[in-house]
Amino acid sequence: MTDSADLPKLRQTVSERLPKRYRAEMRFRVAGLSAVGIAVAILLLLVGSITMQALPAFTVNQLVLPVQLSGDLVDPEGDGSEDSLRRGSYGRVLQDAVREQFPEVRDRRELRALFSLYTPLNSTRLMETVLADPGLVGETHEFRMPIADDLNLYLKGRLVADRTLEPVGTMAVSEAGRDFEVTAESEAFADLRDTVSGLLNQAADNLERRAATARERAGNLSGEDREDALYDAEDLMVEAAAVRSQAALENGWVEMSDSLPSILVETGETALRVTALSADGRSARAEAMLGGGAMSDVSDWSIYVIDTPESRRRVSDQLIVWTRALVRRGFVESGLNPYLFANADSREPELAGVKGALYGSILTMLITIILSVPVGVCTAVYLEEYAPKNRFTDLIEVNINNLAAVPSIVFGLLGLAVFINAFGLPRSTPLVGGLVLSLMTLPTLIIATRAALKAVPVSIRQAALAVGASKTQTVFHHVLPLAAPGILTGSIIGLAQAMGETAPLLMIGMVAFIADAPTLGLEGLTEPATVMPIQIFLWSSSPERAFVHSTSAAILVLLVLMIGFNALAIYLRRRFERRW
Amino acid sequence: MPDNQSHSDSIAGAGEAEQPVKVQARDVCVSYSGKQALNHVSIDVPDRSVTAFIGPSGCGKSTFLRCLNRMNDTIEGARVTGSLKIDGLEVNDKSVDPVVLRANVGMVFQKPNPFPKSIYDNVAYGPRIHGLALSKDELDAIVEDSLRKAGLWDEVADRLNHPGTSLSGGQQQRLVIARAIAVNPEVILMDEPCSALDPIATAKIEELIDELRENYCIIIVTHSMQQAARVSQQTAFFHMGNLVEYGTTEDIFTNPRDPRTQDYITGRFG
Repeated sequence: MTDSADLPKLRQTVSERLPKRYRAEMRFRVAGLSAVGIAVAILLLLVGSITMQALPAFTVNQLVLPVQLSGDLVDPEGDGSEDSLRRGSYGRVLQDAVREQFPEVRDRRELRALFSLYTPLNSTRLMETVLADPGLVGETHEFRMPIADDLNLYLKGRLVADRTLEPVGTMAVSEAGRDFEVTAESEAFADLRDTVSGLLNQAADNLERRAATARERAGNLSGEDREDALYDAEDLMVEAAAVRSQAALENGWVEMSDSLPSILVETGETALRVTALSADGRSARAEAMLGGGAMSDVSDWSIYVIDTPESRRRVSDQLIVWTRALVRRGFVESGLNPYLFANADSREPELAGVKGALYGSILTMLITIILSVPVGVCTAVYLEEYAPKNRFTDLIEVNINNLAAVPSIVFGLLGLAVFINAFGLPRSTPLVGGLVLSLMTLPTLIIATRAALKAVPVSIRQAALAVGASKTQTVFHHVLPLAAPGILTGSIIGLAQAMGETAPLLMIGMVAFIADAPTLGLEGLTEPATVMPIQIFLWSSSPERAFVHSTSAAILVLLVLMIGFNALAIYLRRRFERRW
Repeated sequence: MPDNQSHSDSIAGAGEAEQPVKVQARDVCVSYSGKQALNHVSIDVPDRSVTAFIGPSGCGKSTFLRCLNRMNDTIEGARVTGSLKIDGLEVNDKSVDPVVLRANVGMVFQKPNPFPKSIYDNVAYGPRIHGLALSKDELDAIVEDSLRKAGLWDEVADRLNHPGTSLSGGQQQRLVIARAIAVNPEVILMDEPCSALDPIATAKIEELIDELRENYCIIIVTHSMQQAARVSQQTAFFHMGNLVEYGTTEDIFTNPRDPRTQDYITGRFG
């Protein structure tokens, strides 16, 4: 017992330590809060950047062109049979539809460029449209097809840096040989002229720097090597001087090139590309890209500048001019991207969609759920409730815990060796994928279920046994229902992990390019398929720029799936917990 | 029982043989993983009365109680030897199914452990799994009867659908008793049924035990000597795994023969 005299001393000792104790608590709270803050910030950053990247993939610019489905092209046999319709020249039909828009294009090379406005894969889609409705033969059909992926990105403003200038005053176009000369009332080209000569001066600076480096290198060399380096330096200096004289507009003009911004003079249905700017800033030499011909007193005109030089982008000025013309004429429609969810994978980003991977994931997960949950739960119940505790069950337990830590790719190899090679199951199918993922999920599921079963209080088991319930009745009437929320959470964490798994599926061939979505049904289980994470993997390694956005969109879809899955887990958990 | 009479010297008996013997133990030994917990206990417990087991912690009284409905079976490494008969039937016999036995020997634990189900389902669980009720009405009758016997009916009649865990501690314990008597057992084992309850709830349970005595053989383990004195007719004192003394409660508390019993009931232990 404490003497009453000791009490103040005790109080003092305690209160002396008190601030320190509170400080320790504060430190811990601050550390905890900042940890949460950092986690949330990183999550937001991740989801935010993926969403921003993904947004362009959710919209698409489509060409809506009237196509002439003339009988002799579409129906070569003339009998309207499916066989005949399948042999139609739908590519020609599409080509004709585009040529109709730009009848002035005759040159073969130019025509090839023109047909790159869209991907030829669209002819298959057109065929399917006709097969679905043979009555279209002989009609003019408004066919919708996505514009080529790079032009799609261009229209979304994601491919080039561009701007439109609205000069004051009128302008006139006169023919100068094969080319034209544009003369403006005001100094419409003055700013552009300055920009261009600035860029040329920069280029000259670069050349001179390179020449200086070459000379320096020559200083360290001897003999022929030295001579070569000096020649290089001289060449570079000559080049630099030429560029500088261009920049200074010494002959009154500065010539444009594909390493300089493209300048397009547009009026109505005419587009001219500037080939040279004059020193006075009023006139420019130009070549016709669309339409053409002399005109005067044009007041409604504009200068369209593409700051990204033609040599550093994937679409030519000509394609941009055609695209802009089609937009102006109302043949381009911008809207939600129907292909993202309606199509399976495609080599062309504008036609690629996640449907195949989504269906593949659903089928694979179905197999995984059907196999792993009952087997896992039954195993856990038996091991936890019935199995005698001896060396053998200890060995099994150690092995299960070890399997949970085995790299997933090993399960893929196992699946390849056992399911595909030994059992002869078809490759790349949701069936084998589901089997492999079940193997991978089982240990996690068993461990989670056993933990949930262990957490059920002994008193409940005793209560049930004491009223005369058998072992099995005790387990199924009392223990399992009480463990259900824990089992569910464990299962769903395991399954979500399986849904995001890539490595084991690579091994069993689900990494293949598969252009058709599997059937959502029993037969779909043995059809080649891929899954969402693998689709993401495939797209992320594709060179086309538009696939960057498709990749992010697929990641978002997978995230939404996961969130849905986890929300379902929480909902089920709550429901089971409400049964006290 | 003639067999009983012939061994009367070595066997603890309550002396007053008003009621027939319900539980008969001879040389019951229990060990947990080789560690002896109970040494050669022999005892005759009469029917329709309350027998209290007292003794310090770890003396083996709960262990003995658990032999009676073979709850020791659920403990890894437990070994029971000797003869233990209820109504002349050997409990540890291979032919006796613990499920049947436990239907006959109800048990109430130290901490109230209602199932996380409704009050009704708690009481109805036993009759349901044993198939004691043929119809819903019959089951309703059993539930009401059991709750009435446990003195809980008036308190819960209007909320049978509420979870059993929503009741107070004392009510939960009575619910558990109702659950035990719903299967109509002959013996009810109570392992410190009041140790987690306040005095008022304890008084109610004790009252209930006194009423149940009319129909059941009740064996209660308790740490409270006052409780043993209040509710029981026979008292057995256990110490270090041995049954030290067994007799009428009056005798044990007023005239203990063994010095250890004397020390314990006068509070000179521990």
